[in-house]
Amino acid sequence: MRAQAEILSAPLPPLLAQADNLANTVLWGDHGRRRAGIGDTFWQFRAAQQGDDARMIDWRRSARSNTQFVQDKEWQIAQTVQLWVDRGASMQFASSKDTPTKVERAKLLTLALSILLLRAGERVGLTGLDLPARGGIGQINHMADVLAKSVDADYAAPDHGGLVSHSRAVFMSDCLGNFDEISKALTKAADRGVKGMLLQILDPAEEQFPFSGRTRFQSMGGSIEHETLHAGELKDRYIDRLAARRDQLETLTRATGWQFSSHHTGNPAIASLLWLYSGLENANQ
Amino acid sequence: MMMFGSIGFAVPWLLVALIVLPILWIILRAMPPAPVLRRFPGVALLLGLQDDESQTATTPWWLLALRTLAVAAAIIGFAGPVLNPEQRETGRGPLLIVLDGTWADARDWTTRMDHLETVLTDAQRAQRPVAIEVLSDVSTAPVFVSASEWQTRQTGLRPNAWGVSNDVVEWAQMLEGSFDTYWMSSGVAFDEQAELTEAFQSYGELVVFDSGSPLYGLRPAEIDGGRLTLRAQRLHPVDGATIQVAGYGADPSGVERALVSANVDFADGESAGEVSIFVQPELRNRITRFAIVGETSAASVSLSDDALKRREVALIAGQSAREGLELLSPLHYLRQALEPTVDLLEVDFDDMILANPDAIVMADVARIFDDEAVQLIDWVEKGGILVRFAGPRLAASDEGRAGEHPLMPVRLRQGGRSIGGAMSWGAPKSLRMFPENSPFFGLSVAQDVTVSSQVMAQPDPNLSERVIASLDDGTPLVTRKIVGDGAVILFHVTANAEWSTLPLSGLFVQMLDRLAISSGSVDVTAEDMIGTTWIPVRVIDAFGRLQTDVDNIGIDGTLLADGVPSSELVPAVYQNGERQVAVNVISEDFDLRPAVWPANIRLVGPTAPAERDLKGLLLLAALMLLAIDAIASLWIGGRLARGVVAAFAVGLVLSQMPTEATAQSGADQFALNAANELVLGYVVTGDTELDEISQAGLLGLSQTLRLRTSIEPSNPVGVNLENDELAFFPFLYWPVSPEQSIPSSAAYAKLNRYLRSGGMIMFDTRDGHVSGFGGGSSAAKKLQSLAAPLDIPPLEPVPEDHVLTRAFYLLQDFPGRHVGADVWVEAAPEGADQIEGIPFRNLNDGVTPIVIGGNDWAGAWAVLPNGQRMFPVGRGYAGERQREFARRFGVNLIMHVLTGNYKSDQIHVPALLERLGQ
Repeated sequence: MRAQAEILSAPLPPLLAQADNLANTVLWGDHGRRRAGIGDTFWQFRAAQQGDDARMIDWRRSARSNTQFVQDKEWQIAQTVQLWVDRGASMQFASSKDTPTKVERAKLLTLALSILLLRAGERVGLTGLDLPARGGIGQINHMADVLAKSVDADYAAPDHGGLVSHSRAVFMSDCLGNFDEISKALTKAADRGVKGMLLQILDPAEEQFPFSGRTRFQSMGGSIEHETLHAGELKDRYIDRLAARRDQLETLTRATGWQFSSHHTGNPAIASLLWLYSGLENANQ
Repeated sequence: MMMFGSIGFAVPWLLVALIVLPILWIILRAMPPAPVLRRFPGVALLLGLQDDESQTATTPWWLLALRTLAVAAAIIGFAGPVLNPEQRETGRGPLLIVLDGTWADARDWTTRMDHLETVLTDAQRAQRPVAIEVLSDVSTAPVFVSASEWQTRQTGLRPNAWGVSNDVVEWAQMLEGSFDTYWMSSGVAFDEQAELTEAFQSYGELVVFDSGSPLYGLRPAEIDGGRLTLRAQRLHPVDGATIQVAGYGADPSGVERALVSANVDFADGESAGEVSIFVQPELRNRITRFAIVGETSAASVSLSDDALKRREVALIAGQSAREGLELLSPLHYLRQALEPTVDLLEVDFDDMILANPDAIVMADVARIFDDEAVQLIDWVEKGGILVRFAGPRLAASDEGRAGEHPLMPVRLRQGGRSIGGAMSWGAPKSLRMFPENSPFFGLSVAQDVTVSSQVMAQPDPNLSERVIASLDDGTPLVTRKIVGDGAVILFHVTANAEWSTLPLSGLFVQMLDRLAISSGSVDVTAEDMIGTTWIPVRVIDAFGRLQTDVDNIGIDGTLLADGVPSSELVPAVYQNGERQVAVNVISEDFDLRPAVWPANIRLVGPTAPAERDLKGLLLLAALMLLAIDAIASLWIGGRLARGVVAAFAVGLVLSQMPTEATAQSGADQFALNAANELVLGYVVTGDTELDEISQAGLLGLSQTLRLRTSIEPSNPVGVNLENDELAFFPFLYWPVSPEQSIPSSAAYAKLNRYLRSGGMIMFDTRDGHVSGFGGGSSAAKKLQSLAAPLDIPPLEPVPEDHVLTRAFYLLQDFPGRHVGADVWVEAAPEGADQIEGIPFRNLNDGVTPIVIGGNDWAGAWAVLPNGQRMFPVGRGYAGERQREFARRFGVNLIMHVLTGNYKSDQIHVPALLERLGQ
């Protein structure tokens, strides 16, 4: 048991370090909520209104004029962000030795985003019941442990269980599985007032379909097979279908108030991380 | 054997297998290529997509054709196809195979041996007893044994470097029995051919094989004036042809290589061609043989002997110190005297020894470097004549003073003597009659020849026998010592007219003639040769290759007079003492004539196309087709990544392209850096700190020069004496530290060459504060050991009127970080008189090759990269003034190096006088 755990945890430190590095590249300036609320940092003085507690009056400021002022703090309420990473077999795909597998990239993005959020004081967790949202940077290690486990199914369905109402959610998947599952998950989330972001992670090969000749295509788990004599002939039709799937996803996210983007493992992770992070920022305001 | 047209099959029944080809076609057609299995998550999107129906699931036709062809090629290949199989007819009874075995056979010996093998194989099949005889070396009666016996012995057969034996007709007539004869002729006619043919025909049927392959012969090269004429001839004059002839010899590094080459053209139908080329005498004398490039026969090689040579005399002057003063040049009179009769060599010492001149004349060379001395002694012992002339340098040196120098005929006294000058008694001396044992005996002594200065011989027991000319007071003028086969001769006067009028007189030329110089060619006549023994030194074999492992057994000279190569007189260069005679296969009057055969003889030739086995070719084709099929199958199956195809194609293209060597070697880069701009150099001593100071010092000096003068040096360079070429540096700064190592003798040879060719070295002992120059400081001692092997002229402290004091700034002392120590430069020549009213003598000399001092100039010049001075100089303002003067000295020094005696020129005197305030 111990040995297994060691083996499982072996790839984690580098992944964590990588995620940390990636997160460090994003720290630019102030991440306050930019509105008055409960917090520690000074936000603004405002004239005391009816209903303000007498102890809230800032006497030092008030003494300089005739009216009473109240010191507003910057709103620093913690948001809850719940993440879901597709850990199905299809995510294990990498078209060449130079590109990481999709699930690696997804984990990297997840961890980096979590580090950023945790540093900003948010509460981060995974959907489902594996890891409830919690604050504190120690959460990263728990998350990494949970993410190390993979799922056997060829295409995993989004886990929408345990979503906290009015929280934020981030789903990462290749979205090549059953569309109905995704649709169901997003609808459920929208029902609970959860807004979120859907990131489709694809391998360059899945985007370009660089195959030719007689080929038997098989899903990563082997559950689905398709044989063709001229793979090259299928290219256009495959790309059309992929575009159609993307249209469906965009329509779905728009309807549910989510945001959608695609990421290729051939590209650097930072662009998508920025998209995710700034998207969450905006959603908070 | 079954024949289809010109192709025969060894195993024709195997061709039946070709029937299976159509079946194979059908089978292959039915089997489409296996699919590739790919894991691909996107398969979910592919579900339900149908293939285009028009695509067939079968193998493409061209792939089928490829495979069928491959199998067909394999089947036909294994059936053993032979193109143009020879239809041999076999006779009965014993067979005598006769080979010429001469140099003419060597040109196609391998084909000849192949043919002999087929003949032997046929004889073996017909079970005929066989004997093989070689006409160039017939001795015994042929012994007929089985052909298989001869097949094992065949590899031992070798052509000889000479022609058919003289007694071959007698031998043929002595044979017994009856047999058929198969004569493999070389195709070259010889005198006994007709008689030999008749003799063979008397024993049985005669078949003659004549390969008819071309044969070129090269005659000995001839010299006419400065031009070399090369004549070649050929056996079968048909179409025009061009051959390349090259002369081989040792290059300066001692490696044998082609020194000259020329093309000889044959016109249509002409059997002779010639070319005349001009060859430098140095090259010409080095050439040891001429050869036709690409021919492997002794006929294509012509060894060269003395006839090609003109006597070579090398001239060396100690230093061409007074550039531009032709009449004062130590070599001028020698050149004038020798030029009409000999080839003069004025090259580097290394090249000179390689060229192996007959005589070397050294004018006023005092120091001969150890390496050079060893080579010189070696050369003298082998018969070289070394003629030396005295001069100021020799007089000033300590060469041959302490004991007899091997390259000096007598011991010399310290200094010399001067007669007839203003401060000496007596008139200039004239010559005494030459004694009988002198080589000059019989020359009339011209009375106008007078000697005013000379170096004196130390009286020794053997002095008198070495004197070959003396003055009328009995002092030796010319002395000679016999060393080995050669001699060392010393003229006790200069080779120019400074010390005597001898070089001006006709006697000088006659004396030189008597000493060394006569024509070198050996006339080979029978009377001359009686009783002489000649040793072969360079022997060639029938293939024209130089033999290295031959017994040097001397031969009688009378054989040479005949000059026709035989088993006793192998083609070679023969040597007797100094004389060399070459014996070549093709002599001056030898003509290559094709053999003509009587009409009643059956001729076998190479006219029939050669038998060719196609099996290998076809199997190779089958293999290649299969390889293409493998690649094509992969491609069809989509398993061949595009990158692999591209890499394969690029690899193919690249393998066709010649790779171009673009990288420049480090030495080239160094030379480029140093030669592109003026660069000051310093000697790398190995002491890091010292080298840094030198670098910084020269950098500071370069900056000063750039600011103040039109000299704009680039960054200074450290020079490694062992590896780097010095010729690019006009100036070398050499700081002396007691710890540095002494350079190797090769480096010293380089340094001496550098000094002789006008370079300047500045030694800095950097200890001016503790000792004057010449003191016993450790650096001074080190300097002595460093400079001992250098060819340094007499030195003196910088005189007041030296050009260094006014080359750019007017200076009187030369401070560095230290002040006051003397600075030494080459001494002014004697007789430099001060002219009335002019503050300096008209020295008019060249650049001093050496400056020696101890003022640590580099320390004063040195700047750090940030422009700060590296070391303090003196104290306060006076110190800065001292530094300024150090810089001025540096400017003057480099000016002096680059402009020489320019400021010494009298034309500037008025301006300088004005500035000096006089």
